[in-house]
Amino acid sequence: MTDLTATGVAGSVTASRTVTYKSPTSRGRLPVLILFLPPALLLFTLFVILPMGEAAWYSLYRWNGYGTPTEFVGIRNFTVLFNNGAFSQALINNGLIIVISLLLQIPLAIWLAMMLANKITGVVAFRLIFFLPYVLADVAAGLIWRFVYDGDYGLFAAIAGFFGVATPYVLADRDLAIYAVLAVIVWKYFGFHMMLYIAGLQAVDRSVLEAAEIDGATGWQKFRYVTLPLLSSTVRLSVFFAIIGSLQLFDLVMPLTGGGPSNSTQTMVTFLYTYGVTRMQVGLGSAVGVVLFVICVTLAFGYKRIFMRHD
Amino acid sequence: MTHHRGSARARASHAILVAAATAIVLGGGAGFAAAKTVVKWMHVETVPANLKVWEEVAADYEAKHPDVDVQLQFLENEAFKAKLPTLLQSDAAPDFFYSWGGGVLRQQSKTGALMDLSGAMNADGGAWAKTYKPAALNGLTFDGKTYAVPYRMGTVAFFYNKQLFQKAGVKAEDIKTWNDFLQAVKTLKAASITPIAGGGGEKWPLHFYWSYLVMRNGGQPVFDKAKNNQGDGFMDPAIIKAGAQLAELGKLQPFQAGYLGATWPQTLGVFGDGKAAILLGFENTEANQAKNSGDGKGIGAENIGRFPFPVVEGGVGKVTDTLGGLNGWAVTKNASPAAVDFLKFLTSPEQERRMAAAGMIIPAAAGAEDALKNPLMRQAADQLAASTWHQNFFDQDLGPSVGRVVNDVSVEILSGQMSPEEGAQMIQDARALE
Repeated sequence: MTDLTATGVAGSVTASRTVTYKSPTSRGRLPVLILFLPPALLLFTLFVILPMGEAAWYSLYRWNGYGTPTEFVGIRNFTVLFNNGAFSQALINNGLIIVISLLLQIPLAIWLAMMLANKITGVVAFRLIFFLPYVLADVAAGLIWRFVYDGDYGLFAAIAGFFGVATPYVLADRDLAIYAVLAVIVWKYFGFHMMLYIAGLQAVDRSVLEAAEIDGATGWQKFRYVTLPLLSSTVRLSVFFAIIGSLQLFDLVMPLTGGGPSNSTQTMVTFLYTYGVTRMQVGLGSAVGVVLFVICVTLAFGYKRIFMRHD
Repeated sequence: MTHHRGSARARASHAILVAAATAIVLGGGAGFAAAKTVVKWMHVETVPANLKVWEEVAADYEAKHPDVDVQLQFLENEAFKAKLPTLLQSDAAPDFFYSWGGGVLRQQSKTGALMDLSGAMNADGGAWAKTYKPAALNGLTFDGKTYAVPYRMGTVAFFYNKQLFQKAGVKAEDIKTWNDFLQAVKTLKAASITPIAGGGGEKWPLHFYWSYLVMRNGGQPVFDKAKNNQGDGFMDPAIIKAGAQLAELGKLQPFQAGYLGATWPQTLGVFGDGKAAILLGFENTEANQAKNSGDGKGIGAENIGRFPFPVVEGGVGKVTDTLGGLNGWAVTKNASPAAVDFLKFLTSPEQERRMAAAGMIIPAAAGAEDALKNPLMRQAADQLAASTWHQNFFDQDLGPSVGRVVNDVSVEILSGQMSPEEGAQMIQDARALE
């Protein structure tokens, strides 16, 4: 799925090149192009363009994954998909994950970055601690949190036991499970965004802040009118990563809940896996892939065009 | 999209393999010592004692056939089912793999990924075929072609914790009807005992309830009609009634806390730790509850009782109708003759007796059940022998897509998220899309 972002980036880069530069061939670079383009083009076609085209093709067939697809069903897979309650839930959940990422994760990351961007003692240790969850493999993080949430032997059970209250089985609760998953998502990825902001903050010219200070700006005013505007390109990048990452969420959810209970924690990709792969309905799974692709590309290109055109 | 990449990768790795093989051949293959034929055996077994028996069987075979190297390959149950379609079409396909028969095997057989064994089975007047129970062989044969070597048979039945039953004053022998069963659940609950261990996280452990209720209400004619998409299909009144009875059980909240997230091993652990009184499980529940319990010992054989799924009032199905597994070893199309020969050895009455004696399986080999020593396994074998209708697991028999919907629906009805009518309709819709 990461290729999608790559497509987005590569696409807009070439688009802007053609605008700013003259046609490369006119500068006599044709031999270079002929020499260096094919390997990359071949790999890109083989592993990105071709599978996407195949998915679009499979999505029009009823096919169980064996042999070649023969039973053409038109857009039936898409009709089935949009009438499927679990898929609607997956779309809602993906939306919720994006909202939480934007409203909770990114402000948290900025706040921590503000504190950790300064050179004070112990700052490296704190950066490391906050960044650690991001380094962890998604599946491992999922398994760890499954144990934390476990109502019989987990940390939650121990805490509940300590206070003498009934153990909540959060991952088995339709209403709570998605929030439990969201908490893990925030925990897992805020460190990454924090690192982006620390890098961004270090590029902020200190003399501007000093000037604001001399002018009598309060801490909040300094942040609101100096730091944040200077950080805006980092914010735009971070938001972009958060949105695309949210749409592709899969390996954290599978070990935690597998999309359950009652599909309440399904995301588009877990839906694709559960309904497409394990049920041997490759046609339907491909339809999900196509929908996901369209959403990703639309968002990626739209976002780049609207918010990141100057970056 | 992942599997498309997978297939592209498989193609790439195929190319690398071909290149490597060519290199080896060009590099003077004659210099190599005679290579062993590797037989790749893919399974989902997790009980260490059972694996040890298999390894011994493999070692015995290798001793007689020094040119064969039998390799056991393990995949976790759910991962195995998900990975198999891709695996079967790749070069990494095993020689043979565990199969639950039914619609999944039928679908696999249609794709040409499997070897038709009927020729070998029926050679010499059916010498090989005759070593199995006819019901076992028939269950793995579609349109006259056998696609898997029969290995074991099984029945799903209720297991109960004798101590907990005694504590609550419930008598297992009095549970004859579904209402008796519901009453037992209420009595257990009143005694502050969790009545049933349920694995809602994996869903299929709960679909046994729906399956048995459908069998008890409608009997074989109703299920067969539904399966073949005739008449009312899954909208048959008997099937909707089964759903209503399931909802009734769900309303009693009979399961352990957090059952909707529990995996099957966790569920066995709940029963094995004595935290729930009843488990609807396989014939080998005794060994599995011990393995998954906190102390590794479980509640002990002497403390486990067994009773068949009760009949329902006014239902057509008999108490002697059984639901359960029929397992075999499906052979892939490129399997070596050594693999087939090894399977013949593995499932021979002699070896099946050995596994029966170890309490691993109810043999599919004819007459091999006399070696069963374990009393609970023996009960299961006797129940099978007297079976008036043996039905394969619904989720296997109905194929992967409808089967999974049955699993979903069973959990949704039990947990009160879906009405019996909605559930039946959902299965019928999935069936119509097949």
